[in-house]
Amino acid sequence: MSSSATLPNTDGRTRFLVTPEGIAVPMRVAARSARLGAFILDIGILFMVMTALQLFIAFFVIGILFTDVEALGVVESLSVVRLIMMFLLWYGYFLVQELGPRGATLGKRIVGIRVAARNGNRLTPEAVVARNLLRDIEVFYPLIFVFSALVMGVLGEDNSGSIWSALIWFIVFLAFPFFNKDALRAGDVIAGTWVVEAPRTKLAEAMSTQGAAAKGASDVTGARYEFGEAELAVYGEHELQTLERILRQDQPEALSAVHETICNKIGWDPGAGDERAFLEAFYGQLRAKLESDMRFGRRKADKFS
Amino acid sequence: MKASVTANWLGNSDLSTPSDIESAALRSDRFRLEREGDWKRLEDIIMRMERNGLRRVDDEELLALPTLYRTAASSLSVARETSLDAATLSYLESLVQRAWFQVYGPRKGFFAWFGEFIFGGWSRAVREIWRDICIALFVMVAGTAVGWLLVLQDQEWFFRLIPSSLAGARQPGASREDLLSTLAVEETAQGLSGFAASLFSNNAGVCILAFALGFAFGIPSLMLLVHNMALIGAMLWLFDEAGLLVEFSAWLSVHGTTELFGILLSGAAGLHIGRSMAFPGSRTVLESATISGRRSAVVMIGVVIMMVVAALLEAFPRQLVAGNESRFLIGGTFLAFWLAYFFLYDPKRAETDE
Repeated sequence: MSSSATLPNTDGRTRFLVTPEGIAVPMRVAARSARLGAFILDIGILFMVMTALQLFIAFFVIGILFTDVEALGVVESLSVVRLIMMFLLWYGYFLVQELGPRGATLGKRIVGIRVAARNGNRLTPEAVVARNLLRDIEVFYPLIFVFSALVMGVLGEDNSGSIWSALIWFIVFLAFPFFNKDALRAGDVIAGTWVVEAPRTKLAEAMSTQGAAAKGASDVTGARYEFGEAELAVYGEHELQTLERILRQDQPEALSAVHETICNKIGWDPGAGDERAFLEAFYGQLRAKLESDMRFGRRKADKFS
Repeated sequence: MKASVTANWLGNSDLSTPSDIESAALRSDRFRLEREGDWKRLEDIIMRMERNGLRRVDDEELLALPTLYRTAASSLSVARETSLDAATLSYLESLVQRAWFQVYGPRKGFFAWFGEFIFGGWSRAVREIWRDICIALFVMVAGTAVGWLLVLQDQEWFFRLIPSSLAGARQPGASREDLLSTLAVEETAQGLSGFAASLFSNNAGVCILAFALGFAFGIPSLMLLVHNMALIGAMLWLFDEAGLLVEFSAWLSVHGTTELFGILLSGAAGLHIGRSMAFPGSRTVLESATISGRRSAVVMIGVVIMMVVAALLEAFPRQLVAGNESRFLIGGTFLAFWLAYFFLYDPKRAETDE
């Protein structure tokens, strides 16, 4: 996540959408594994709700038949209610949620992804409907077909040919997202949508208002750390942001390891006990140098450049 | 500075601005601390919009939203060029993205859209795919003829076309009385609503299949149409042999005009996608597939509604209403209704979407 900010597209998943105001909004295409996870979660939730509903209606039916064996009309209308509820659940679950303000089903929200229109357009109801209708032929029809064919096979009918064709159908659609760079499934192609990451990041504390980065001196020992031009020149943006992450996480072992590495690199004698102040001061001065270079158009991506 | 001016102008000066701007050693952190208040305010509005739509956002905030969004977006582009604070950059990226989704999110919820769909959107989409409807209609008529002719030449075809579970008493060589009894009315309405519901989920499944198969350039959609219609052709032949063609047609027309129309539309919708992918014209294949896919999706929602109507007709009036005239009357009325709705009903478009 943090590396995407200044070093875009390191893994080929970052895209920039240009909005009507001409602002480039970064989007990261959701990982295929995240989408699979969200899908499994959604199906799990749906099946649980459906099973609960079925059981509920079944208990109702049993109860009614116990009290009045003749009440077939009620039982029948309950079965109609059941079928209609199943249909509405199956399609409504995806449609209503993906059209909501978050553009994601429960499973997608859990893994932190959402549906969006490609090319920066508005997400329309038609698009959401199209992508969800196609899910049926991508996954469920072939699976139902295979299962029913297997059951028939047990009953003594030979239909291995149709099982294989359904399996191939299933695999073709399953493999579809692996053969385009935006991980589109067939439904996304038809609907003009894609699935992107929807990170919800909290704003962290500013680094240079606290500790040695602000005051220039250590709280513990009162020592001032001043680094020369040559000492700050060994690292670039990548190392700076790694250091930022370590300072934010604030793990003593990591701090002392990094402290030692930096001291060795710039030829200082690594002491002990004041690692955090040293690193804060180093971070503050390195960032000041790199940012002022940046304003003059000189950027240094990492220590090798 | 710019941020505080914006905050005052929005009548929000009491918003807590960080007091330690001057204490920040780095210029990029001062930039951030000056604007932080606006970002947090935007985040707060966005969070409430994500949670329960526009209900919990008052007018003043709604008016401020575009300004705050643009402030955050320009902060992002400045920060990309001047700041190396990875945490701030990723916060801004996610904030701008979330704000963008709310500012340019779906304008209508499902129910508002559905109203627009019933009053004009559906019939407009159907008219837009009229070419595909013509092709699908031709294929369906041809399929019926093929079914008839195949069985006429060789009665073995009847058993190949029609699964034995479906045929029941309707078999070549069955007596006129047996065939007539399959067209008769039921004594009571008992059991028919369950029948209707299962018919619906079955038929809707066939239609969604016909639509979705359009993805493979529309060929499987057409094959599905031919297969389904050949079945009806074979049935027509069977009843014609027994001299019951009129009775059978009347029986079929009650729900068939709606159901076959729905199948026609779903086949046409599938074909529309397939055709636009095979011949995208001046667009790219992806764009072309997207435009036709959305249009077809609208048609398909309508088809699902038609299948509900057809299932109700199939379960109740068809099994309960006797007499060729009244059966033809029901079927004909529905056919006329659908035709008028699709091709004559053309209200003004209320607003453009894009």
